[in-house]
Amino acid sequence: MNKLPLIIKREYLAKVRNKSFVVMTFLSPILMVGMILLIAYLTRLNDSEKRVIAVLNESDYFSNEFMTNETTAYVRYTDLTLEQAMDSTKQMGYYGLVYVPDEDNLEGVTQRSFFYSKDAPSAAILESLERVFKERLRQERLRDLGISAADYAEMDQSYQMNISTFEGEQNLKGINEIKAIIGGGFGYLIMMFIIIYGGFVMRSVIEEKTSRIIEVIISSVKPFQLMLGKIIGTSLAGITQFAIWILSGSILLIVAMAIFDIDAAMLSGSGANTVMGQGANSVLPSADMTVQLYAQQLFDIPWLSLIFFFLVYFILGYLIYSSIYAAIGAAVDNETDTQQFIFPVILPLMLAIYVGFFSVFSNPHGPIAVGFSLFPLTSPIVMMMRLPGGIGDGGVPIWQLVLSILILIVTFIGIVWLAAKIYRVGILMYGKKPSYRELFKWLKY
Amino acid sequence: MNNILVVDDVTKQYGDHTALKHVSLEIPKNSIYGLLGPNGAGKTTLIRIINQITYPDQGTVFFDGKPLRPEHIAQIGYLPEERGLYKSMKVGEQALYLAQLKGLSKTEARKRLKFWFDRFEIGDWWGKKIQELSKGMAQKIQFIVTVLHEPKLLIFDEPFSGFDPINANIIKDEILKLKENGASIIFSTHRMESVEELCEYIALIHRSEKILDGKLSDIKKVFKNNIFNVGVSIASPNGLLDSLKERYRILSSSYDGQEKQLNFSIQLPNDNSGELLGYLGSKANVNNFLETIPSANEIFIRTIQNKGFENE
Repeated sequence: MNKLPLIIKREYLAKVRNKSFVVMTFLSPILMVGMILLIAYLTRLNDSEKRVIAVLNESDYFSNEFMTNETTAYVRYTDLTLEQAMDSTKQMGYYGLVYVPDEDNLEGVTQRSFFYSKDAPSAAILESLERVFKERLRQERLRDLGISAADYAEMDQSYQMNISTFEGEQNLKGINEIKAIIGGGFGYLIMMFIIIYGGFVMRSVIEEKTSRIIEVIISSVKPFQLMLGKIIGTSLAGITQFAIWILSGSILLIVAMAIFDIDAAMLSGSGANTVMGQGANSVLPSADMTVQLYAQQLFDIPWLSLIFFFLVYFILGYLIYSSIYAAIGAAVDNETDTQQFIFPVILPLMLAIYVGFFSVFSNPHGPIAVGFSLFPLTSPIVMMMRLPGGIGDGGVPIWQLVLSILILIVTFIGIVWLAAKIYRVGILMYGKKPSYRELFKWLKY
Repeated sequence: MNNILVVDDVTKQYGDHTALKHVSLEIPKNSIYGLLGPNGAGKTTLIRIINQITYPDQGTVFFDGKPLRPEHIAQIGYLPEERGLYKSMKVGEQALYLAQLKGLSKTEARKRLKFWFDRFEIGDWWGKKIQELSKGMAQKIQFIVTVLHEPKLLIFDEPFSGFDPINANIIKDEILKLKENGASIIFSTHRMESVEELCEYIALIHRSEKILDGKLSDIKKVFKNNIFNVGVSIASPNGLLDSLKERYRILSSSYDGQEKQLNFSIQLPNDNSGELLGYLGSKANVNNFLETIPSANEIFIRTIQNKGFENE
């Protein structure tokens, strides 16, 4: 009789019924959404606070250039000396005072203009003031050169390079980055899942050791069956948790946005949106035509095969890492002893993410990207970052994909075999804090 | 087939360390078998091999006449030395789970659990978590899940360690009942005196080797050295003692002048005690005359001395 389903069921229920797991599952989305709302709220609060700046203009070159806008209100002083204006500004509690003196020419005026304030002014304020002066200077110089404002506006054309593939399809600026970010999202998901639920597997093994039930179980089932059941049961619990997070999170977010009247654009502006959305928003130009082209490009990403390969890499990668975590759990007696073993496990994951974001984004098919997408401990993450760029022509060459998966499968078999050996010996060892040498010896038992 | 289990020339190596060296055993059906030896002798390794937790490098184990196979697990009940239960799992659920792992169907397991829970009068523990129970209570549950699938062979590793005396007695009685119902039982322990009176057969394991095995009563016959503890009533003991010393070895003697009782320990050249008893009877009143039977512990120590192991 196959006992694997029994074990999976127990591990799943033990995890899902765990109080802290339940709390985490239902609290996290609330916390996340709450934080997003808080950030959005604070951003808006910050924006809505208007600064008042006094203007003492003695020059004829400036009249109503200082326009009150969303963030700054200007108050004009007339017939006051500079000292009086300063006193008044201080008394009124204004943010600062712009002083424009009377001179013969504009150059002189701008040279001698000052902004007085209590503290050093914020960069944004300074920039908006400088813009006013710069614009005025530009107008003056254009006039000196005899160019009309209309002519100038026409001259100031923006230009974008046309880009195209050799086959004549239009290429879009930034589309590679968008694709890499989408892949990065998948890769990041794999990493998070491995770290969170790999840790769960490890703790579950340690719990069986410390409660001394392990030998009772092992006399009924094979250690490998128990390890596999544990990994599968825990990951099913993890998938359940993720599904609840995504579902309840998006519902909460939609509801909260409706209640608090916060629109999505604002969220993305405040940096709290998803990695993917953020990237899309910052790169997309506003022209409808281009948006359509980008949409088309995104639509053209081979989503089906992307999701298929995501599952392949996710499952293989997760199994490799979680069996390592299970072996670590079996080798130690308590969680504090795990540190020395965990770091080398997390290292390749971190490396994959960093290499992914720094190297794969700029050059998805360069030697570093190729190397790391073949190396089995990083390939699930790095390859996922490369894949949205397409498979085959112009994308990831098929041989690389096949080779990467083959290496991953071979590694998977090897690592699970090794981990199972360490696990089998380790679960029956008590009171020892093993060294790497000891672990190596266990492989020969 | 009269043996439930035959261990044939089993050797097990852990790296450079040999845990078992050519060990052979025969465990008769419906017997209580003591696997005795100090800590680290290899008992637990042998038991793990019988439970197919590890596998021998060499040699074979036969269960009921057939080479040991995974399906035999359902016919073996094993209470390991390092034992415990899931702390945060409910008693009933946990017992059901462990029973199902042993191959029982859920309904059958539930039925049998009800029987045992009623027997120990612990029916109301079903919905409690192990961590809410006392240690003694948890041990009862542990015992139940060990025997629930009605195995033909029961293996108890250090059976009474960790049990309080009351529970230990309850468990002992239950084990004897299981034996009456046909089960064969292996006790493995380094505390030989704790199981001596229960065992019909023993094997002594020392430094990975079996140094002695057989029926306990036969072994004791071999190892007894005809030493008798005698008490006689006599007014003046010196004449008797001197005449005894001419013919026998007196190991020790003491005289209680008030009770006029002479106690001594005497070694005979053979087990013919009638001659001595007759002689004593003609000289004094014999109050007690008792042969000293060596304990398993003594047998163990003498065996390793005979075999030339240096003493630790």
